[in-house]
Amino acid sequence: MTRDVLLDHVTIRFGSFTAVDNAYLNISGGEFFSFLGPSGCGKTTLLRCISGFVEPTEGRVMIAGQDMARVGPNKRPTALIFQNLALFPLMSVAENIAFPLEVRGVSRKGRRKRADALLDLIALPGVGDKKVYELSGGQRQRVAIARALAVEPDILLLDEPLSALDLKLRQHMRTELRAIQQRVGLTFIYITHDQGEALTMSDRVAVMNRGVIEQVDAPTAIYETPRTAFVAAFVGETNVIPGTVLAQSGVQVRLGTPLGPLVGTAAGGRRYQAGEAVQLFVRPEQLVMDAEGPIAATVEKEEFEGATRHVFARAGLQALRLSRVNAGAAGALGPGAPLRLGYDAARASVLPASDGGGAIDAGLTA
Amino acid sequence: MSAASAGGGGRWASTGYGALFYLFLFGPLLIMTGTAFNSSSFPRLSPWECFTTDWFGVLLNDRRLMDGLWTSAGIGLGVVLIAVPMGLAGALALSEIAPRLRAALYTVLITPVLVPGVVLGISTIVFWGQVGRALGMPTTGLFFDGVFLTIAGQVTFVSAYAMLIFSARLQRFDPTLTEAALDLGASPGQAFRKILLPFLRPAIASAAFLTLLASFENYNTTVFTILADATFTTALASKVRYGIDPSLSALAVIIIALTLIGAITHEAVMRRRAAILSGRAARSRLYGHPAGRLAVHPATILALLVALAGLAVWQGSRYDSSACRAGVLEERRALQEKLMQEQRARMRQTAPAPAVPTEPPAPGGNGSGFGGAFGSGLRPGGSSAAPAPTPAAPSPAAPGSPPPAPGSNPAPATPFGGAFQGIRPPGG
Repeated sequence: MTRDVLLDHVTIRFGSFTAVDNAYLNISGGEFFSFLGPSGCGKTTLLRCISGFVEPTEGRVMIAGQDMARVGPNKRPTALIFQNLALFPLMSVAENIAFPLEVRGVSRKGRRKRADALLDLIALPGVGDKKVYELSGGQRQRVAIARALAVEPDILLLDEPLSALDLKLRQHMRTELRAIQQRVGLTFIYITHDQGEALTMSDRVAVMNRGVIEQVDAPTAIYETPRTAFVAAFVGETNVIPGTVLAQSGVQVRLGTPLGPLVGTAAGGRRYQAGEAVQLFVRPEQLVMDAEGPIAATVEKEEFEGATRHVFARAGLQALRLSRVNAGAAGALGPGAPLRLGYDAARASVLPASDGGGAIDAGLTA
Repeated sequence: MSAASAGGGGRWASTGYGALFYLFLFGPLLIMTGTAFNSSSFPRLSPWECFTTDWFGVLLNDRRLMDGLWTSAGIGLGVVLIAVPMGLAGALALSEIAPRLRAALYTVLITPVLVPGVVLGISTIVFWGQVGRALGMPTTGLFFDGVFLTIAGQVTFVSAYAMLIFSARLQRFDPTLTEAALDLGASPGQAFRKILLPFLRPAIASAAFLTLLASFENYNTTVFTILADATFTTALASKVRYGIDPSLSALAVIIIALTLIGAITHEAVMRRRAAILSGRAARSRLYGHPAGRLAVHPATILALLVALAGLAVWQGSRYDSSACRAGVLEERRALQEKLMQEQRARMRQTAPAPAVPTEPPAPGGNGSGFGGAFGSGLRPGGSSAAPAPTPAAPSPAAPGSPPPAPGSNPAPATPFGGAFQGIRPPGG
């Protein structure tokens, strides 16, 4: 309870622009919670609202059961790690980390002791006297985390902190961040447009689009059972096949498509009318070569990416994409080769087409 | 090959141009420096009379100038203490304000720089005079004090300079640093003191220096606001108006020396900082070695330069040029004696002719700075019936020489000590 964050119907407007539209969610203490969305979707605004730099136009932000209205950022039990880290360039590493203690009037000796303890925690002992610019990107990253932890916050807010790092370091820092979170047991609220980060680290993920929270779920549920077309298209790669509903029995939906009749699963137990325009979402790795499969296609080209081979195929006007585990040169497919494709209907989502071609565009370009 | 020679020609041309350019920039300074050490009472290089350091003594004994120096220092300090915080406040306001209002505020803050200094000076006196009278203050009160008025007048435009410096520095400030400080628990005041102010420290230093200079060298506002008092600049200006002597060159030498010491020390500081920042310091032979590091440390360089200047001052104060000057005086006297002898000889030859000079009186013959322009009409009691004026202020004529007919022998009478001996009055 003490570290809970409740966004109680928060709306944030700048003039006529609505950055966050009626967000309601409860983040429980000790959770690693991520906001995932394309740039400009309002996730950073929401984070700045939690940390106190932006006041909600409507609704309330509750932390540990207390309304945070008119409580300044320096009075909230939160610490924010900025996208550019915002380390103080004129201070040494130790002075940076001890800054929250300095403003509270902790003695020089006590500050140094705490800074050294935090440097041990982030596995950077002995760099306290260095200047910030002498550290590498990953080290700075960890110093920023240590400085935020020195506040002894209940909630740590992270604004795309890994976006400036190179790929290898980013992957390493993911594990590191998760490990630090489990060690200190704080609530982490993490903002990213990188779905890999969100899916690997988080307990739960909120997918945002145009100021609206589209779905809040565990990473597997976000990936496997998206509730909206935007979530399905934004998280992971997917094949989108337009169609109309023929019939529904239980969660199983039969639909007519340009590729012939196909079967999918109604996400979230939704009921469809016959004739309703829908979209069928099939992930590339679920699309497999199957002699009995319902889809007939021809190979256009194949791309090699180490562990996987991406096959680009075409069935009439419909472009299809499948990912295959690399099984050596013997498995290579030449252009023009005929294919028969099948998929697991239980894992193929049927979602209303109405909620947004535009949203899917945004998802694909992000 | 032709291209190479063309390149060579281009190089010569650019070198020549560069030399001319630097001659244009620094030639006057070099000549002025030279004149400070020539014993001639008019600042000039040729004829070179004697090497002397006496003009520095003359400068230091000039009461009006030295009093003005202290007044200027006091005013400069006051201006720095007021203008720098005001400039900082203005720059902060500019960076925080909504963009639409920013242009308007900028115009308001920058206007005093564009208003002529004369207007600022007069309006400062008028404004504070009004305020003082409205408050019933006697004319000996604060608002009628030259130093107060000068500080008030200079602050109006000098603080705009400070603001420009702070604005430039603030543009490079990352505002998320302030946000980070707030987020980490600092109060807005703490964030300002511990984050923004240290970032602005170089700008504060340069703003203080620039405002001090602007205050010190200001003339056209100060000449009005200082009233009956005098700053260094106004005292200097009035001195120039009443006649120039090489003590002003001596002053220039002092200023040039101080500037050079400051500039060299500053350069040492910058080079050291650049070497440390780039990480080159550890590898460089100069900065890597402890002795080398000590040798190029700005404090060492400053101490060395100050010691050199001190040595020069000490040596200069011991230097005695009186023997040489006496020699020059003697030489001149001999020359005059000889000229007079010639004159007398010539007069004897032309004795039958009347020796009384005809009108108009000889220019330069009466020792007045106006060259006799007011010679006849302005003398009290002078009647137009006496066409040949006697010298209004008889110059110390060479001893032992009876004054010949006025105007016929200008050499001993002029303050130029025979400098214009070649110029003869008509009929002489």
